[in-house]
Amino acid sequence: MIWNVARTALIALKRDRGAMVLSFVLPLAFFSIFAVIFGKANNSTPTVKLIVVDQDQSHASQELVKGLTSESSLVVMTRPVAEKNTPPPADYTAATAEAAVKAGDAPVALIIPQGFGQHPIAFGPDAGGSTLELLNDQSDTIAPQIVVGLLQKAAMTSMPSSMADEGLKYADSYVGGFTPAQKTKVDGELEALRKLEADGKAGSGSSGSGSDSAGAGIVQVKERAVVGEDKKSPMISFYAAAIGVMFLMFTASGSAGALLDEAESGTLERVLSTRVTMTKLLAGKLVFNTLLAFVQLVAMFLWGWAVFKLDFFSHLAGFAVMGICTAFAVAAFGMLLASACQTRAQLGALSTLVILIMSSVGGSMFPRFLMPESMQKAGLLTINAWAIDGFTKVFWRDLPVTALWPQVSVLLGIGVVLFVVARRIARRWQYA
Amino acid sequence: MESDQRGTMTASTQRAETKTALEVDALVKRFGDLTAVDNVSLKVRAGECLGLLGPNGAGKSTLIRAMVGRVIQDSGQVMVMGKAAGSTEARMALGWVPQELSIYPRISCRENLGSFGRYYGLKGQALKEAVAWCLNWAALEEKQNDVAKTLSGGMKRRLNMAAGMMHRPKVVLFDEPTVGVDPQSRNRIFEMIEALRDAGTAIVYTTHYMEEAERLCDRIAIIDHGRIIAEGTKEELVEKTFGTCSQVLARFAGDRDAIEKWAKRHGGRVTAETAEFTIEQAGEIAPLLEAATKAGLELLDLSLRRPNLESVFLHLTGRELRD
Repeated sequence: MIWNVARTALIALKRDRGAMVLSFVLPLAFFSIFAVIFGKANNSTPTVKLIVVDQDQSHASQELVKGLTSESSLVVMTRPVAEKNTPPPADYTAATAEAAVKAGDAPVALIIPQGFGQHPIAFGPDAGGSTLELLNDQSDTIAPQIVVGLLQKAAMTSMPSSMADEGLKYADSYVGGFTPAQKTKVDGELEALRKLEADGKAGSGSSGSGSDSAGAGIVQVKERAVVGEDKKSPMISFYAAAIGVMFLMFTASGSAGALLDEAESGTLERVLSTRVTMTKLLAGKLVFNTLLAFVQLVAMFLWGWAVFKLDFFSHLAGFAVMGICTAFAVAAFGMLLASACQTRAQLGALSTLVILIMSSVGGSMFPRFLMPESMQKAGLLTINAWAIDGFTKVFWRDLPVTALWPQVSVLLGIGVVLFVVARRIARRWQYA
Repeated sequence: MESDQRGTMTASTQRAETKTALEVDALVKRFGDLTAVDNVSLKVRAGECLGLLGPNGAGKSTLIRAMVGRVIQDSGQVMVMGKAAGSTEARMALGWVPQELSIYPRISCRENLGSFGRYYGLKGQALKEAVAWCLNWAALEEKQNDVAKTLSGGMKRRLNMAAGMMHRPKVVLFDEPTVGVDPQSRNRIFEMIEALRDAGTAIVYTTHYMEEAERLCDRIAIIDHGRIIAEGTKEELVEKTFGTCSQVLARFAGDRDAIEKWAKRHGGRVTAETAEFTIEQAGEIAPLLEAATKAGLELLDLSLRRPNLESVFLHLTGRELRD
């Protein structure tokens, strides 16, 4: 009898494709996504974009930049990426580097000040070495740590002559001075070392095994947050947007599912026998679902303001623009899912699958900067990524509404395309 | 003398003079190899109720949907008040009450009616008046603020009907409006439909209940395999099908198979435990009973009746209406 009950359940499962998808496809899809993001097949250290401004242009600073460039975990940029058919842009300056970090082009910028080459390293905090400046974006807490670590490594491995020179200065100071003969010998050895450096035979500067410690800081670095330094609750706006968009998508697909209920009950056909056309019907539902999604976002951000001190009211314009665009795209997405499905059960399974995958790839579950480059690019195919980027610009980077045009364009474009496709699919309900 | 002549004018003459509200002309609709509607032509006049009867799968629903303009026909046409079905004018002239409860279950009666009224382009005072009229017509005034899904089965049916009346259409299609309704509510629904018909609305009424067709319909069209196989008033259909014949209904005790074989041998059939024979003269009854006795069948009771609509339907389609 127990077997009979199990057998009946098995038959029911075989008939229920939605349940089958949720049971087998979804876990596999998620397993694959997480494996790609965090798995050992990829480098466990995420790639960090680093802007470097070398104001010194000395031998030591150039060697340091060379060392950083050779790190596989870093993408070192000394100038903005050139656009097609335009002359190469000028190198970053301290000001443009700071602006680039603020704009989110890179999470970290390193400023090597003038005079660095004269005293590049110091053995101890009070030894009077040059201080590098690291500008960072507080929304990415990992990137500055990676850069500081790799900076120390690069200093130790890429600048042997500086290391030796600095060591000998200490020795000269503490032992009471070298004799002229010693001095000549030391200078000769240093010259030989510099020659080896120039030939690339000294100072590996390579990424090595990645297990080297950054040491206790032979290069002095002063960190300065240029984005988020005055934020009361770091990351709240990110999570409000990230989680908000994901749940908006669930709500939108559920709400759009009313279309399937109406089709099943005959109400849809009856409505279409009135003056309401299919386009007007879908547009009406799109308007409702957009408003519903927007109100949900408002509720979420108000909650963030009330409970987590999110600075909501000084970003109202940006929020309104991003909120409406996000709500529109999400509502159209729900309409597409509903029109593509035959039943509520199908819709439930498909929407769970698609939304969870989009949310994980698009950054709703964990920030995209933690993901490999390819996955970050894949994320751009999702509504989540564009919405989160837009809200981050508004609440984190304090950028003006005009800076939202890429996100606004893409989200509105996504909304229009999805709605047109949904309308096309909905023709099946139109006539027999 | 002149008034006498007017008084003796037949009902059919009166109908002929009334304007045609709905006209189906040589309509054909195919789904792949299946011809769901096969060259159907029908006319319904203002103030007339046409019953559309047919077994399941006969093509009734496709025909109704073609009248609504929801079917792209292969050939032929459907005109509602002189306008092609599906056009805005035709939509505004036509009300459709689907068999399914096609209302919004989570909103109130008043809100449902308001929604459908707006879909028909009503607003302001006109909308208010239409809602009030429909609530009154469907006797739902006391329940106007109740959520639709909490209503009884009969009330839901009435609300379903009222939602199709918001724009006061000149032609109304009722697709089995009494399915699952208790006798009391059914009576109320009959009264609603009769009120509409008396007010000059043209009605097409599909049903599986013969007594409904007999009570409400001025004319009846029987559809089977997508074709109209008979059309006329009840009397005309009986006359055309049975002429002056009568029906003998006999119940026998004993083995049903033996009764069926015997009935078939004598040109009859058995339905609902009763053997049924069509006879032209009363003199045919005695030989029939004699044959039954010889076959060893024990007669329980016997009756003679004029054939009715059910008999016509059974005779023409070979199936009972509720099959």
